[in-house]
Amino acid sequence: MKARVHVMLKNGVLDPQGEAVRHALGSLGFAGVNGVRQGKVIELDLADGTTEATVKEMCEKLLANTVIESYSIELN
Amino acid sequence: MKAAVVVFPGSNCDRDLAVAFERAGADVSMIWHKDTELPGDIDIVGIPGGFSFGDYLRCGAIAANSPICRSVVKHAERGGYVLGVCNGFQVLTETGLLPGALMRNANLKFICRPVGLEVATADSAFTSGYEKGQVLTVPVAHHDGNYNADAELLARLNGEDRVAFRYTDNPNGSVDSIAGVLSDNRRVLGMMPHPERCVDERHGGTDGVAMFRALLDQLATA
Repeated sequence: MKARVHVMLKNGVLDPQGEAVRHALGSLGFAGVNGVRQGKVIELDLADGTTEATVKEMCEKLLANTVIESYSIELN
Repeated sequence: MKAAVVVFPGSNCDRDLAVAFERAGADVSMIWHKDTELPGDIDIVGIPGGFSFGDYLRCGAIAANSPICRSVVKHAERGGYVLGVCNGFQVLTETGLLPGALMRNANLKFICRPVGLEVATADSAFTSGYEKGQVLTVPVAHHDGNYNADAELLARLNGEDRVAFRYTDNPNGSVDSIAGVLSDNRRVLGMMPHPERCVDERHGGTDGVAMFRALLDQLATA
């Protein structure tokens, strides 16, 4: 089974990389890009039967820094 | 005073930190990250700068979960001293020994130059060799030194006099210009600037010497 974890900076935490991407899009001529937030996607190849609770524990302990980041989990 | 300097793959200031402790008169052991226990009689652990584990995932995140770091956390919980510099500060926030987090510099650039550093408190074993308000010149060399704390944490750090150092001219976007913070028992210090890189005239400055001397004075008599 696979899990996909999305890690994003929490709302309210300034994302300097996202801002730089927004400026770059503007300079390429893309108008109307009001905001860019950059995060990461982590794909996990897991033993069958791994529970969402276990993946959540992985996020809390390592994959996300919950001081500044939020995460969401997709299992399939 | 007995000091241990932890070495991770990608650490690159470990030797400098060891030399700074030795010059102050400490016995220093180098501890590899796969070791599971610190020597029993260690007074202070140094977590050096560098790029532990290539900064993969997040700066300091993999190192913070390495076997030796569990032992460092236990050492701190027993009231032991810990100094984390640069990547070491990032590791300490990732272990939870220090609050807040270090993010990408606001200007996205790697910053490598001497900066003005104001001593925000002299009330710690690390800073007792300085006067509060004294301005030091200490080098920084980091890409992720933008200290992040929410309003509640910031109020707590200021209220408990736990900001150790502030930049005189904020280079990286850190909240409240914070360059270093203390734990609630004041025995764990994390800071982005490198005091071990200014302990010899040939470094271009010696403002870091007083930190290592003060530690030796306090811990030798402890």
